[in-house]
Amino acid sequence: MLENISITIGTVNGSGSQSANVILQRAIFRMGVAVVGKNLFPSNIAGLPTWFIIRANTKGYSSIEPKSDIVVALNPQTANEDLQHLKPHGLYIYNSSVKLTRPIPEGCTAVSIDFTKLAGQVVESIKIKKLLTNMVYVGVLCEILGIPQDIINTTISDQFSGKDNVIDMNQKAVQSGREYARQIPELNTSKKLSPSDLNKNKILIDGNTAAALGSVFAGCTFASWYPITPSSSLAENFEMYAHCLLKDDNQKNKFAMVQAEDELSAVCMVAGAGWAGARAMTATSGPGISLMSEAAGLMYFAEIPGVIWNVQRAGPSTGLPTRTMQGDILSTSQLSHGDTRHVMLFPASPCECFDFATRAFNLAEELQTLVFVLSDLDLGMNHWTCKDLNYPTEPIRRGKILNKEALDKVSEFRRYADVDGDGIPYRTLPGTEHPHAGYFTRGTGHNDAAKYSEDPTTFEKLLDRLNKKWNTAKTMVPAPDIDKRTDKVGLVTYGSTHSMIAELRDKLAAQNVECSTLRIKAYPFTEEVRQFIDGHEKIFVLEQNRDGQMLKLLAMEYPYLAGKMKSVLKYDGWPVRAESFVEGVLHGNH
Amino acid sequence: METTKTASPTTNQLGYARNDYVGAKSTLCSGCGHDSITNNLISALFQSSVNPYQVAKMSGIGCSSKTTAYFLEKSHGFNSIHGRMAPIATGAYAVNSQLLSIGVSGDGDTASIGMGGFVHLVRRNVPIVYIIENNGVYGLTKGQFSATADEGSTLKSGEINHFHSIDLCALAIELGCGFVARSFSGDAKQLVPLLRAAFEHNGTAIIDVLSPCITFANHEGSTRSYDATKEHNFPLHELGFVSAKEEIHVDYEEGTVLPVTLHDGSILNLKKIDGREHDPRDAKKALDLLYTSRHKQEFVTGLLYFNPDVTEFKQALELTEKPLSHLPTEGLRPSKEELSKINATFK
Ligand SMILES: Cc1ncc(C[n+]2csc(CCOP(=O)(O)OP(=O)(O)O)c2C)c(N)n1
Ligand code: SF4
Ligand SMILES: [Mg+2]
Repeated sequence: MLENISITIGTVNGSGSQSANVILQRAIFRMGVAVVGKNLFPSNIAGLPTWFIIRANTKGYSSIEPKSDIVVALNPQTANEDLQHLKPHGLYIYNSSVKLTRPIPEGCTAVSIDFTKLAGQVVESIKIKKLLTNMVYVGVLCEILGIPQDIINTTISDQFSGKDNVIDMNQKAVQSGREYARQIPELNTSKKLSPSDLNKNKILIDGNTAAALGSVFAGCTFASWYPITPSSSLAENFEMYAHCLLKDDNQKNKFAMVQAEDELSAVCMVAGAGWAGARAMTATSGPGISLMSEAAGLMYFAEIPGVIWNVQRAGPSTGLPTRTMQGDILSTSQLSHGDTRHVMLFPASPCECFDFATRAFNLAEELQTLVFVLSDLDLGMNHWTCKDLNYPTEPIRRGKILNKEALDKVSEFRRYADVDGDGIPYRTLPGTEHPHAGYFTRGTGHNDAAKYSEDPTTFEKLLDRLNKKWNTAKTMVPAPDIDKRTDKVGLVTYGSTHSMIAELRDKLAAQNVECSTLRIKAYPFTEEVRQFIDGHEKIFVLEQNRDGQMLKLLAMEYPYLAGKMKSVLKYDGWPVRAESFVEGVLHGNH
Repeated sequence: METTKTASPTTNQLGYARNDYVGAKSTLCSGCGHDSITNNLISALFQSSVNPYQVAKMSGIGCSSKTTAYFLEKSHGFNSIHGRMAPIATGAYAVNSQLLSIGVSGDGDTASIGMGGFVHLVRRNVPIVYIIENNGVYGLTKGQFSATADEGSTLKSGEINHFHSIDLCALAIELGCGFVARSFSGDAKQLVPLLRAAFEHNGTAIIDVLSPCITFANHEGSTRSYDATKEHNFPLHELGFVSAKEEIHVDYEEGTVLPVTLHDGSILNLKKIDGREHDPRDAKKALDLLYTSRHKQEFVTGLLYFNPDVTEFKQALELTEKPLSHLPTEGLRPSKEELSKINATFK
C-alpha cells in the first residue's frame, strides 16, 4: 500500500488550473484517502506562476513535504526550476512546449506530453482548449494514482452541476489524458492509492468557508467587510450561506451584510451593531487589522461585543498578500493604544474555525468585548480533510443583558458596576422601554454609571476592573490540547503550525528525541499552559513569524519561565513543513 | 399662516414635559452656538413627542459631539471616536431600524477625519438626523481651521485659510441625499421645524447648522463669528411644521406657501420670504443656489433640497420587519438537518 505521496503541479495563474486542482484533490478525498492541497498563488489576476501541492498520507500527516514524488510542469516560465521540487527517483511530467535547459536529476524519470494536442481531441475552440489542458493532466494523474473513472466523473459533474456541456467536455478531457497515460510505460508506476472508507465522516473544506458557516450557526446577524485577501471568501461565504439559511417567511433577510468603504468603517459598523444588540462580525487581514486599531480600543474600553476574523497573511505592510504567516499575534493582542488587551482564539483546522465561531460570539457577548479569531491564509483558503462539521453543543449565550422585566426587578442600573465581582458589568440594549435602561457609551473616562469622569481613583478602578474581567476570561476561553509524553522536551504550537506536529514528532523520535506537545487555543492563556511549560525542562515554541511572537506573549505572562523557552521559526510565506522545524529543535536541545 | 394646537403646551402627546428631554448640564463655553442647537433640538423632540426610549444618540468627538450628553438623558447615547459616527450609526441602524437615530457631529469630525464614512452613509441613505454643528474650526483642539472654513478667513492668530472650503450641503445633494438643509444655531424659528421635519424623513437628513465658536472664531476676520453669520444669513423660507400626529388646521393664502409632505404625512410648509424663489425639489437649482451664494458670501439657510423617493438603507438590505437585535435567540441558529445537508456538499 502506498503510504505517502506528494505531487506538485506548476501552472500559470488565470489559466483555469485552480478548478482542475480542486477536482483532483476532491477525487482523491472521495477515494477515502486523507489529502491536503496547498495552492501557492501569486498576488495577480493572470499570467504569473502558481503551484498546487497535493499530499496524500495514510498516517494522517496534514502538512506538505518540501519535495514531491511527481512534478507536473505546465508553465514554461518555471518548468526548469520545477525540477528542483523532485524527490530522488521522482517522476517529472512536462508539457511538450517546455524547453528543458537543465538536466533531469539522476534517478528521476521525465515524460513529455503534448497536453494541448490531447485537449484538442476534445474541443476545437482555442479558449476552451486552454482550460481543458488542465483536465488532461488531471486525467494523466488519475491513471498514475489509480483514481477510478467513476469517482473523477462524479466529482466533475458535482463541480459543474447543471452545465451538462461543460461536464461532458471535462470528463472527456480526463479520459483522453488517462488513455494517453495508459500507453506510456514510464507512467505505469506503483504509485497507486488504495481506496478506503476512512473519509466516511470527513469533509474536504477550507477554513474560511467553515468559519463563515460557523458564524451563521453562532447566531451572527450582522457582518461588514472590506475586500482583502485572504479573508474575502470568509465574508462572501457568510453572505451566501446567510442567504440560504437566514430568511423569514417572506424571504426577507434575518441578517445584514454591508460592504464597507474601508476597514475603519467595517469595524465601526460592528461596534454599532454590537452596541445595538446584534451578534456582529467582520473579517480582514493584516492591513485591515492595522486600520481597525482605534475602534478596537474603543470596543475594549466601552465594552462592546464583536468578533473579528483575522485571516493572517505575510507582512509587514502589504507584504505577500497571497502567502501565509502567523505575524499578527503580538499586534492583535494589544491592538490600539493605552492598556488595551484582546481575547484571541487560534483555530487549527477548518472544523475548529466552525466550532470557534460559536465560542467567539459567546465570549464576546459574555465578556462584552472584542474577540479576535486568528486564522491564516493556509487555514483559510486551502482545502483540508477534516471531521464533519459538528452541530454546536454550546448554546447561544448572550451574556449579562438586562431587559425591561429584569430592570423592573432592580432598584438602579449602573452600566459599568461590577455587581457580580467577576469584572463583567451588565448592559441594556437601545430601545428598551424602561426609565433606567438608557446610558451613555463613551470612549472617554467614565465612572460606573457611565458618566464622564477624570477622577484619578475612578480611572484606575476602571482599568483594574477591566483587568479583573481579563482574569475571568482566563477561566472561560478554551484550554489547550496537551499530549504529555515526557518531562524533558515540550513543543508548543498553535493554529496552522500544528498541522505538521505529528510528522515532526515522528521525525524527532527517529532522532531519539521524545516530545510532549501543547497546542494553544486561546489568549489569555489558561492555567494548563503554565503548568505545561513549568512541567518540562525545555520548551520549544514553533511558529510562523520572525520574532517569536507567541513566545514573547508567553514570556510576558510567565517571566519566570521565559528562560526555558526557545523559538523555532519559519516565515517564508509557504505552508508549514515538518522538515523546517527539525533542525531547530535538535540544535536547541543540545 | 395660523395654526391651532390641541395638545396642551406643558406636556406633549406622550405626556412628557420639555424637561423630560433635557440631559446633563452643558460644559461648553458659555455662549457657544452648539448649546443653542441643543436647546432647539430639545424643543423639537418635545414638540414632536419623540419617545426617548426609541432614540439612539450618536456622535463622534469634538465640542459638538459632546452635546449628545446634553439632551435626552433617558436615551441610549454613543459618543464614539473622532470621525466615526457615520459607520457606527450605520451598524446600529442596520440591526435596529426602529430607533430614531440622531447624530451630532462637527465640521472637523465630518468634513475631515470622518469624510469617508460621511459620504458613504449619505450614499447608502441610512436614516439618521445628521446634524453638523459647523463653526469652521476645531473647537476642542483650540481653534485650528476646519475644512469648511471659508477661503481667505483668518484664525485668531491671523493665519489665513488658503484652501477652498467644503460645502457639505452641496456634497450631500450630489451624493443623492433626500433631505438637505442649512440653518443657523440662533434661529429657533427655522431650526426647530427643520429638525421636526428631519425626524420624519425616511432616509439621511443632513442639517448643516452654522454654529459660532465664541472662543476661537468670533473675531474680526473670521467669517463665522456670531455677527458675521447673522449678517450673511439669508433664510429661504419661513417654515411651519404641521405634524401628522396632531389635529391641526392650517390656513394660508393660495400660492404663497409650498407644502412639503414627509414620510409620515406631516407637512413642512415653506412660505416665501421677500419674493425669494426656491423650490427644494429641484437638485440642480439647489446646487446652483449654493454655488452663487458662496460667491456672494451669503449663507442661504432653510430646506435646500428634498426628495422623499430615495431607497433607504433598510430596503436596500431587504431586511425582515423585526429588528435583528430583537430576533429571539432560539431562532438564530439554523437546524441540525441544515448542517447535515451542508456537510454532504463537502464530501
Ligand atoms: C484620531 C483623533 N485625532 C485627533 C483627535 C483630537 N481632536 C479632538 S476633537 C478634534 C476636532 C473637533 O473639531 P469639530 O469636529 O469641528 O468639533 P468642534 O469642537 O469644533 O465642535 C480633534 C482634532 C482625536 N480625538 N482623535
Ligand atoms: S471652544 Fe468653541 S466650539 Fe468649543 S465649546 Fe467653546 S465656543 Fe463652543
Ligand atoms: Mg468645528
